[in-house]
Amino acid sequence: MTTMINGAGEADAVIRTRQLRKVYAGAPAFGGFAPPGARPGGPPVGRPPGADPKRPRDAAVDSLDLDVGRGEIFGLLGPNGAGKTTTIGMLTTRIVPTSGSAMVAGVDVVADPAAAKQHIGVVTQTNTLDRALTVRENLIFHGRYFGMTNKQAKAESDRLLEVFRLTDKSTVGVQTLSGGLAQRLMVARSIMHRPSVLFLDEPTAGLDPQTRLSLWELIRELNADGQTVLLTTHYMEEADSLCGRLAIMDHGRILALDTPDGLKRSVDADTVVTVTAGGDAGQLATALATATGVVKAEATPRGVEVHMRGGAGIVPRLMATAADAGFDVSDVSVAEPSLETVFIQLTGKDLRD
Amino acid sequence: MAAITITAPPTGPTQATAKAAFLALLARDLTVLRKEFKMFLARTVMQPLLLMFVFTYVFPKIGQGVGGGAGAARFSTLLVGGVIASTMIFQGIQAVALPLVQDFGFTREIEDRVLAPLPVSAIALEKVVAGGVQALVAGLLVFPMGLFIPATAIDLHINYPLLAAVMILGAFMSASLGLFVGTRVEPRQVPLIFGLLVIPMTFLGAVYYPWQSLEPLRWLQILVLANPLVYLSEGMRSSLTTGVPHMAWPVVLLVLAGAGALLLRVGVAGFRRRVLS
Repeated sequence: MTTMINGAGEADAVIRTRQLRKVYAGAPAFGGFAPPGARPGGPPVGRPPGADPKRPRDAAVDSLDLDVGRGEIFGLLGPNGAGKTTTIGMLTTRIVPTSGSAMVAGVDVVADPAAAKQHIGVVTQTNTLDRALTVRENLIFHGRYFGMTNKQAKAESDRLLEVFRLTDKSTVGVQTLSGGLAQRLMVARSIMHRPSVLFLDEPTAGLDPQTRLSLWELIRELNADGQTVLLTTHYMEEADSLCGRLAIMDHGRILALDTPDGLKRSVDADTVVTVTAGGDAGQLATALATATGVVKAEATPRGVEVHMRGGAGIVPRLMATAADAGFDVSDVSVAEPSLETVFIQLTGKDLRD
Repeated sequence: MAAITITAPPTGPTQATAKAAFLALLARDLTVLRKEFKMFLARTVMQPLLLMFVFTYVFPKIGQGVGGGAGAARFSTLLVGGVIASTMIFQGIQAVALPLVQDFGFTREIEDRVLAPLPVSAIALEKVVAGGVQALVAGLLVFPMGLFIPATAIDLHINYPLLAAVMILGAFMSASLGLFVGTRVEPRQVPLIFGLLVIPMTFLGAVYYPWQSLEPLRWLQILVLANPLVYLSEGMRSSLTTGVPHMAWPVVLLVLAGAGALLLRVGVAGFRRRVLS
């Protein structure tokens, strides 16, 4: 997969948005595309810090410029209410943007949603399988909605059932499927009509770890065969492991956009050391901040997090500093900056908050 | 997995794509109808069967015939049209409104259908066509009951072209009503559909009596003109009988078509509001 740090080239962009913006007038319509925070009576969603106060305060997505190239796995990473789902909703014609433009596979999704739908495959957060049909029929009819003949649809369904290891379930009703199998069937269905872009909205939310890993594997394989994927997630490891490029979103805006490594390099430190000790964490942080090579030391619920630069010997130096200040260190962990570090640095808060 | 080849989708004229999608959605609904035909029969046939049985068989047999003597025969005759009409309306609501209420309320299956490559309004229209077919089938199922259940002779003079026009427009109006109701009702309000809509519509829908016989209650006679079932019942009678007073058929056809078009328009707008934000 080619990595495009500076965005896809003109000809190559499968998704292109410019100044895309969504303000919900009232309650959003039902459905998985509605941002969790935008319910009536709920807190206003997405007020970017320092935003123009004259603008309405509840832009769910604001000033979104996105270019995704053919063959990428592109991730939108952010907490609930960041605007990820609204973004996917707009790109998949389900949410009508307030302003701005969005093109998928060269089709304007606002001006010609029916044509755009031919180019997109979508796996929503909720199970939208057709409960009145069997597993195989779900695929067959999906194929027919997208213009396949009955014969083509049957052949393609059987092939996908094989590939997705669902053949032995083909005649059962979809209500009997486990969460993991249902998710697999939804992915199979979403690629049945060979979409230009596959949209996965929180694809592994609620799945057990093993099922999650197997779905990751599936997404990688699809991508290896050329499938462009845009996924949303609030799992750091998922974004890190799957995505070629990532946009970190919060309050409806993109805060940073780069490869996972590029994002991690943007952190002010090359090493993050977490120190746990008895006594006052705030005082320990103040003490550790004086050690050589420390950029920043901060008390967190997990211990004192120390951002450091300049390689060798940092742990002994920190230990000595802690001991000098009279602290009895019980645990030290050393790590490279993670996407979590990046997120905290960008937003001042934990992704899990 | 290497067998998954990603090629550009077959792009044809959008209109052809939309038409194929429309027909496929229709095929899906008919497949489901076929799979659940027993349930369809059970929910369709029971009410008209009991209505016909009690009013046109039991009552005359136990000497409690409505109208008494020759009046009983006349009653049986006029009831046939009314029962078919009410069955169709009821089916339109059951076939279109109830699944939509569920879809919008909690299953959200409709989200997948909405992603099919056709305009959202066409998806709503497809629901009406599929519901109309079901209303039509339900009406035709009730027909034989009118012929075989009554204890007294019934006197049908069928005007087939008019009957076809009334039933088709009636089915369209019933399904459009279903769409309208389905886009406006929340799941917890479903019991109200029956209590506040279906039951009053049926009792005040000229099902058990010709509309003209309401003459002595002029206010009621005028009030029930707002009930579309009145026109369908009257239309059925005008195409099935000669001896029973009924509205002029052009009025019936005009109102059925007009009400159907209006309900469809409002229903499609409601559908768009529910699936797009």
